[in-house]
Amino acid sequence: MTNSIAELEDSDCILVTGSNTTETHPVISTFIKRAVKFRNKALIVIEPRRIDLVSHATLWLRQLPGTDIAVINGLMNLIIQENLHDQAYIAERTENFEALRETVAKYTPEYVEQISGVPAADLRRAARLYAQAKAASIVYAMGVTQHTSGTDNVKTLANLAMLCGNVGIESGGVNPLRGQNNVQGACDMGGLPNVFSGYQPVTDAAARAKMEAAWGVEKLPDWVGLTMTGMVPAIPEGKIKALYIVGENPVISEADADHVVKALNKLDFLVVQDIFLTETAQLADVVLPAATFAEKSGTFSNTERRVAPVRQVIAPLGDSRPDWQIIAELARRLGYPMNYAGPEAIFEEIRQVTPSYAGITYARLEAEGGLQWPCPTTEHPGTVYLHRGQFSRGKGAFFAIDHRDPAEMPDADYPLVMTTGRVLYQYHTGSMSRRAPGLEGKAPECRVEITAGDAARYGIADGEPVRVKSRRGELVARALVSPKAVAGTIFIPFHYHEAPVNKLTIAALDPVAKIPEFKVCAVNIEKA
Amino acid sequence: MPPSILTINGATHSFEAGQTILDVALGSGITVPTLCNYKDTTPTGACRVCVVEVEGARTLLPACATQAAPGMVVQTESPRVVEARKMVIELLLASGNHNCLVCEANGECELQSLAYRYQVTTPDFANPPDTPYYYEDDNHMLVRDFSKCVMCGRCVRACNEWQVNQAIAIGYRGAHNKIVARGDFPYVNSDCVFCGECLQACPVGAILDKHAIGQGRPWERRLVRTTCPYCGVGCQVDVHVKDGRMVKVTGADAIPNLGKLCAKGRFGWHFVDHPDRLKTPLIKENGAFREAGWDEALDLVASRLKDIRDKEGPEKIGGWCSARVTNEENYLMQKLMRAVIGTNHVDHCARL
Repeated sequence: MTNSIAELEDSDCILVTGSNTTETHPVISTFIKRAVKFRNKALIVIEPRRIDLVSHATLWLRQLPGTDIAVINGLMNLIIQENLHDQAYIAERTENFEALRETVAKYTPEYVEQISGVPAADLRRAARLYAQAKAASIVYAMGVTQHTSGTDNVKTLANLAMLCGNVGIESGGVNPLRGQNNVQGACDMGGLPNVFSGYQPVTDAAARAKMEAAWGVEKLPDWVGLTMTGMVPAIPEGKIKALYIVGENPVISEADADHVVKALNKLDFLVVQDIFLTETAQLADVVLPAATFAEKSGTFSNTERRVAPVRQVIAPLGDSRPDWQIIAELARRLGYPMNYAGPEAIFEEIRQVTPSYAGITYARLEAEGGLQWPCPTTEHPGTVYLHRGQFSRGKGAFFAIDHRDPAEMPDADYPLVMTTGRVLYQYHTGSMSRRAPGLEGKAPECRVEITAGDAARYGIADGEPVRVKSRRGELVARALVSPKAVAGTIFIPFHYHEAPVNKLTIAALDPVAKIPEFKVCAVNIEKA
Repeated sequence: MPPSILTINGATHSFEAGQTILDVALGSGITVPTLCNYKDTTPTGACRVCVVEVEGARTLLPACATQAAPGMVVQTESPRVVEARKMVIELLLASGNHNCLVCEANGECELQSLAYRYQVTTPDFANPPDTPYYYEDDNHMLVRDFSKCVMCGRCVRACNEWQVNQAIAIGYRGAHNKIVARGDFPYVNSDCVFCGECLQACPVGAILDKHAIGQGRPWERRLVRTTCPYCGVGCQVDVHVKDGRMVKVTGADAIPNLGKLCAKGRFGWHFVDHPDRLKTPLIKENGAFREAGWDEALDLVASRLKDIRDKEGPEKIGGWCSARVTNEENYLMQKLMRAVIGTNHVDHCARL
């Protein structure tokens, strides 16, 4: 998030898109709902499904899946035409505005309606609501990013925010809601193929020299590695022979799961380190038992860049060990001693080599509870919102981007669109939430969400088992005839190994972010 | 006297427009007891425990629902206030089965501590023990025991105003008043999303964390503040521990969640001590796993990785970090892969 969670309550207009906030980030949704209900703020929801947040919305734009760029370009076109854009901000703080103006000009309300199904009048109202708000905040999640146009979707949202001068101000910004407890931290720490911690590129000789000195090694690899979604197809090609997987369950979470299983089975050696014998761990040659969050100390970084302490609550169960101990032991056996007294000693090293974390110490976290990066010095209070006064790169760049169709569109054989996501009571591949009796009791099985109209068309009654097929795989689960559903589209959560929806999803990737298009693929449905 | 000054218990205090007597008192370190006041929600004056004496007012006034006014002269513990407060506490005690012996809330019950502070015992005119009350115990998360409910309405405002889940309300009238979910169905069949804010808000033992029942008194439990392991919000949680075992989780009144949690954060921690947990390393032999010691497992991993690195090259090895483990662990993992193995094939599940 460019801004902080608490700022949402003071935002004059909140635009939520591609986020089923009340189910996936329930606590953040309370700030949004309070803003609307008690502070009279506007809420625009741009979302195909009738999610719970819609009932709180000032305006709901129900676009067809995969048409986000058209809708946002349409908003920008109207804002520019009605002279509601922030011309001083654009002149002072941004570049490439003319290219944006030219590109969005063709996205007339009528053209947008033709692509997205959003009525022209609603688009106009939304444009005014967003543009006329003093501080407007954009909130998004995987509904925006899990597309072959995911990177462009995000850039388009950033365009809109900059157009109205909403980046670098309190209660504004472009705010991705990150889905997992430490996904922000895993990125910050260099758990990516192209960067060390603090996003220092591995291709930068100076960054490598710095890390080589810090780590006492002669030469670090200077090439950009593969992403997860790149490593899996590289296995059958013989380019990857061994994988060491920590706390991941790609057999359930990756797109086109059958391919993932086939690939992992082709490895010469697979190590999985996890807290349960997950579907992925079952394929491993060696499984290392890790401790849970409650059995170790350290830090997590949340979606608003806040580094917060994780404190040990109980002793590790059985012979399980904290991941850091396992990794350090393995390093020693590979001839590289890692002698850390504990997580704090590791964090001290992180601070030395990671400028954005340099000012954060365990002592400060103990005293202050949490600190938001960038926090370059121990005197720095942390950064509540980014890009104040100036963008990190200098001028904020507009990107002129056109709508394009998703990779796999419905056709005669596969006439429905399928999207995937989470439900309130489950989490990711279910290895944690499905073992909590309260949560499992509320959502014990996979349900295929479908409209009453589509259900009638295919002769399906609520609760009846259905078979859903894509070009890659199929599953059987019971239908859930729901007012949330979108005509022509079914929604299936990805938590359930009994009905693994990622057997059906398509491994078509965004060219930059390499994220799979989980939110659109073509399927058919029949009574099972 | 200049405007925006009032007197409480003989001392003057300044205040801002819109503040209640309770706001001013609490802000000045003066304790005024209340059962129904809850965070930043609408004051209702429902419990009457916070009544204070205001000079010139005909009756005692609820501090939570009375705006501070310039020149007001307030007494928070005058004989008249104490007498009234004792009567209110006595009536609340009479309204249900307030038997502390087996009550889960014993030790953290706000009615109990008021009874203690004002030395009020359970009155003779209390409802007889065989009075029928609704008891809801049909899910794995929350138990509702209406024999303890004092109708303060905190849960209703916590639900509607703090979490804005709009699942419960005060239903029926007069003596039949009751907290109801839509249609007066049990929570599990209603709009309730099991955030558990009602549980956290309840001043007595009317809403219980099912798993924690009988698992230890508050004074036997240790509290550890940590960060929730589910989504990316990073809610701060207090884990209640007794004898090395987790008993329950409550929302910590800290940034970013300000005490709020969702069903996963509050009721989703049972995976920690689930019998399925891996407790020892496993090595696959002839297609089946066998248990192994750490030395054997780690030696095997090290030798195989070394072998593949030396024969095939480090670029044939990939390592996946995790969005679930700590910063320190992710940092070490990428360091291991880059500095020790020599590969940049490092990634995690950020995209999934």
